[in-house]
Amino acid sequence: MAQDTGTRTLISQAQLRRGRGRATYWMLLAVVIIGFTLVFLGPLYWMVTGALKSGQEIAQTPPTLIPQDPQWQNYADAWNNLDLAKLLFNTFYYAAGAVLFQLVFDTAAAYSLSKLRPVFGNVILGMMLATLMIPAMVLIVPQYVTVIDLPILHINLLDSPFAIWLPLVANAFNIFLLKRFFDSIPEDLMAAALMDGATPLRTLWSIVLPMSRPILGVVSIFAVTAVWKDFLWPKLVMPSPETRTVSVGIYAFAGGTPMNVVIAASVIAAIPTVIIFLVFQRNIMSGLTTGGLKG
Amino acid sequence: MAITTVPGAVRAPGRPAPSSPAGPPRTSLGRKVRDNLTGHTFLIGAVLCFAVFSWYPMVRGVVMSFQRTRRGETTWVGWDNYLRILDDPSFWTAWKNTFYFTALALVLGYAVPFFVAILLNEFRHAQGYLRILVYLPVMLPPASALFLFKFYAYDPSDAGLFNAILKSLGLPTSQWMQSPEMTMPAMVIASTWMNMGGAVLIYLASLQNIPGELYEAAELDGAGVWRRIRHVTIPQTRLILALMAMLQIVATMQLFIEPLILANGAGAEDSATSVAYLIYQHGFFQNDLNGAAALGVIMLVVLAGFSAVYLRLTAKQD
Repeated sequence: MAQDTGTRTLISQAQLRRGRGRATYWMLLAVVIIGFTLVFLGPLYWMVTGALKSGQEIAQTPPTLIPQDPQWQNYADAWNNLDLAKLLFNTFYYAAGAVLFQLVFDTAAAYSLSKLRPVFGNVILGMMLATLMIPAMVLIVPQYVTVIDLPILHINLLDSPFAIWLPLVANAFNIFLLKRFFDSIPEDLMAAALMDGATPLRTLWSIVLPMSRPILGVVSIFAVTAVWKDFLWPKLVMPSPETRTVSVGIYAFAGGTPMNVVIAASVIAAIPTVIIFLVFQRNIMSGLTTGGLKG
Repeated sequence: MAITTVPGAVRAPGRPAPSSPAGPPRTSLGRKVRDNLTGHTFLIGAVLCFAVFSWYPMVRGVVMSFQRTRRGETTWVGWDNYLRILDDPSFWTAWKNTFYFTALALVLGYAVPFFVAILLNEFRHAQGYLRILVYLPVMLPPASALFLFKFYAYDPSDAGLFNAILKSLGLPTSQWMQSPEMTMPAMVIASTWMNMGGAVLIYLASLQNIPGELYEAAELDGAGVWRRIRHVTIPQTRLILALMAMLQIVATMQLFIEPLILANGAGAEDSATSVAYLIYQHGFFQNDLNGAAALGVIMLVVLAGFSAVYLRLTAKQD
């Protein structure tokens, strides 16, 4: 695909073209394609179709490959009983806000650290990057205590979307990604804007941001998927049924709901992120691999 | 926007003085202060969020671990929380389980993505498709994926997906999450399936940076495929391999959602209790936030130990 065929890898091209090498190559490729499809797509197929089976059919041995009598009711039940519309809306709302807050605050911070470079900028960056070393689980208790009684203000953020949005701004990886990207924007361009009398805000808005669309896209996609996939934090700070996210909502209902309905709800909950992935897979994959993790 | 660059151009008279550190070095004190103020204004939002939700909780966690809050009254209790935590037998079970999970995940979740990446890197066809497949589970909400494993894959009856496959292959079936011996391997399988995509893509990117001549030379020296992997691929990717090992250890030590969903927390005969789960239990069910904070500090110290070893090892290699 993107790789040029001239690049030499573990096995040489010449060897792959010769009779036996070629046969092995095609055979291995076929095995891998079938194997990977079974391993990675198979469970998803099982999930989508399993949710269509009746309680009896799912307990049948050996299991059926195709639902004999599709119970669309399971999906309808999941949608209605778990109030998935509400849960999905909540999650969308938190994800959208997370994107907005991260884009505004993290971009501004990265721009300042990269181009304005105020005093102590490096110290601040260092302190931000240091948080990458702290595992989330270690902070969960003091963070929770902070959120239920914000220092100085003494506000309780439980059940408020800010409890999800604001902690996500403290994302050192985003700031690092954005700063690295801004670093690659030539200083000449900044100087030119300066000559024209543009304020820093104007330079950011009219020069830096339009050039940074790819990285802003990556940050936004990661923000959405992070909110969508997160479980423990939203479970703790959004305790009431009205404010739950979709994952937490399904978990909360899992105990008293038929298994197939829980799975149907899980399928519905997974659809948005799968769509995001299929649409933006190129950006996601390039964002992952250019994200500073190169050996 | 129209920006004209004139080398060495002087600022047009009457225009507002631009404020930026990129300006000439000869600036007045007032300008400098103002430039810095602008810079810090841009930083303030992120810095405040870091301060309130990251830096402050870090300090607070340590402070809390030496305090006890009862009926709204907070007192200093020295090492009491730590002693109480250490006295709890589930503390040791949790660490044993967590280390076991980390070790198993290193064998499976660490080696598998690397070899998958090596394999994928050799193919000239279907690369995009295979990459999408490998990364797809990463995009599922973990709760969704784990319910799939819990209800369908790890169903202990013969109707379960894995048992049906094992049976059709003539292999003995398993009780999966009902059996204390299988609990951890089952959680590692689920976790690897959900998470390996990211590692595969990162390895693929670094494999593509290996100069082809190295393989060429090794082949001329008569090195077979395995020796080429050992003497070219692994040394050439060792930095990323070391980094990923570290990241994976940090991630697997925080094992939480797998026991919570797959094993309803503790699992058969406490075989699933993890340290992170214990933090959750203490903090949010046993009304013992201080004990949970102490557990967090212990976890941090252990992970810092791993990081120190990592830095030692990677520093030596350079």
